[in-house]
Amino acid sequence: MEQLAQQLINGLSLGSIYALIALGYTMVYGIIQLINFAHGEVYMVGAYVGYACMTFARLGFFESLLIAMVVCGALGVVIERVAYKPLRDSTRIAALITAIGVSLLLQYTMMAFVGADVRTYPALPDYLTASFHIGGVVISAQSLLIIGTSVLLMIALQFIVHRTRLGKAMRAVSMDADAARLMGINVDNTISFTFMLGSALAGAAGVLVGVYYNSINPLMGVLPGLKAFVAAVFGGIGIIPGALIGGYFIGAAETLVSGYFSSLYKDAVVFAILILVLIFRPAGLLGKNVREKV
Amino acid sequence: MANPMVRTLLTRGVPLLLLYAVVLAGLNLGLIDDYLMATIATLCINIVLAVSLNLITGFTGQFSLGHAGFMAIGAYTTGLITIAVPTVPGFIAGLLAGGLLAALVGFLIGLPTLRLRGDYLAIATLGLAEIIRILLNNVEFTNGAAGLAGIPQMMDWNWFFILTVGSVLLIRNFLRSSHGRNAIAVREDEIAAESIGVDATRAKVLSFTVGAFFGGLAGGMYASYFYFIKPDTFGFLKSIDILVIVVLGGLGSLSGSVIAAVLLAAISTVLQQFTAVRMILYALLLVIIMVFRPQGLMGSREVSLRIVGRLFTRKPTEPDEPEATR
Repeated sequence: MEQLAQQLINGLSLGSIYALIALGYTMVYGIIQLINFAHGEVYMVGAYVGYACMTFARLGFFESLLIAMVVCGALGVVIERVAYKPLRDSTRIAALITAIGVSLLLQYTMMAFVGADVRTYPALPDYLTASFHIGGVVISAQSLLIIGTSVLLMIALQFIVHRTRLGKAMRAVSMDADAARLMGINVDNTISFTFMLGSALAGAAGVLVGVYYNSINPLMGVLPGLKAFVAAVFGGIGIIPGALIGGYFIGAAETLVSGYFSSLYKDAVVFAILILVLIFRPAGLLGKNVREKV
Repeated sequence: MANPMVRTLLTRGVPLLLLYAVVLAGLNLGLIDDYLMATIATLCINIVLAVSLNLITGFTGQFSLGHAGFMAIGAYTTGLITIAVPTVPGFIAGLLAGGLLAALVGFLIGLPTLRLRGDYLAIATLGLAEIIRILLNNVEFTNGAAGLAGIPQMMDWNWFFILTVGSVLLIRNFLRSSHGRNAIAVREDEIAAESIGVDATRAKVLSFTVGAFFGGLAGGMYASYFYFIKPDTFGFLKSIDILVIVVLGGLGSLSGSVIAAVLLAAISTVLQQFTAVRMILYALLLVIIMVFRPQGLMGSREVSLRIVGRLFTRKPTEPDEPEATR
């Protein structure tokens, strides 16, 4: 029982990170129906920006987090404007291949600059390394920090999407881009704004994962990116609450498999979940089946 | 030259046989060393991989990101069977079994996911390839991450020539059959194809299964020539390598895939030492081609061997029959 509780708490930290990445996937998919394969790399860049801020500029955790979010947000907009915007009217396959190209480009450019070596995140200040014992369960301040930060960011996102003009525009564009344009919404800017939001969240996730796993490398974005995508599909791609549920579910599944079975198979289980979802409920947990009209 | 059969044989067969003879002579005279032969082997394998992925992605319009997974299945099946039965029949059985097993797995994953429209196949195949790689890394009989060594080397230039030319011809003929026509119709417009009576799911699953078979066959060729395989060879990057060839050559052009495979083999031989630079170049290539020329270098045009063949038959007057895969 204690072990289960412990695993679930670990799963909650990991799940928060997946959920933050999955939100970006799902928002972008919701608005332009593109699987943004480069999203995992934006998260990797976030981790490196956080690392640079903490190690070289000796900034605190929260300042670093903020800077990483700003840099990644800007990166997201640049990617969208340079690589995806010219392809908005071409086939989906062309857009997908471009996304993969951008993803590889970011990985290997980063590798050319910082080298392929693993880097260790700097130690956190004392008040963040404490841990609390409740019964036999250890809760570290670090996991509280990860969960707390993610929940705050998700609340902020919820506020932006549902209570602001830009959020309203986002929802309108994702429903019907042409109709939104006729209503005077600047569709291009709204799409860029969506990329900015999603990428900023991924940047935050990058810093958090640096704190969680303590080590970063240029290829770190590939697997978490794919898993976050699985999370988004699980919850129903394009649906924001679905990404949250999916993120926490995948996080929990992964820690439970490594805790009770073998950590060698944790990735395989995540992908098996994906295939099962695609077979039995392709629209995802919260998704509705939409009929295609000619 | 009244008999069209004879003409076809001459125009298509002569250049191919010449190519075969040149390489054979080079091997016998010692002009082609082991390193060059390994490059030729990689080239042949890449051609089979690219042409089979082009069938799925270029001609049927289904985006698959797990071709390396099928290659892995074929490689391990062929490897294990030829280790058990180190004879030529054992090798042939291994190749066939590898292809069939890959086709079976492709069929099983394609059937549920190809019913869906959209990009689900990309994700499902990506996940499948990862699952295959993780399983191969962790089960006993494949010797895990250390890799499978000591596979008898059965592949030589004769086999490469037969298998590569055979695969390309079979896929070309498949595309010219009614099944291939259905696949192309589905790529162009799935709803329109269904409304004129094409069973879209069936066409997609068929193409995907055939593509998976040849992916497995290419894996078997790889295992038998390089006699050592490990799961990480067949990772996500391998799938991307194949995709780059297909995209560069043109989505929907078999000869484009062959040309791009040759081109990229040359590029990567030059950039052998600089893996990072090579990957940056590949990535840039993908983005730039997609932004400026989304249909790939060749588009869906084909270059026929007939152009080369005319040099030998000296009969350039007859008009071409319309190309099939337009």
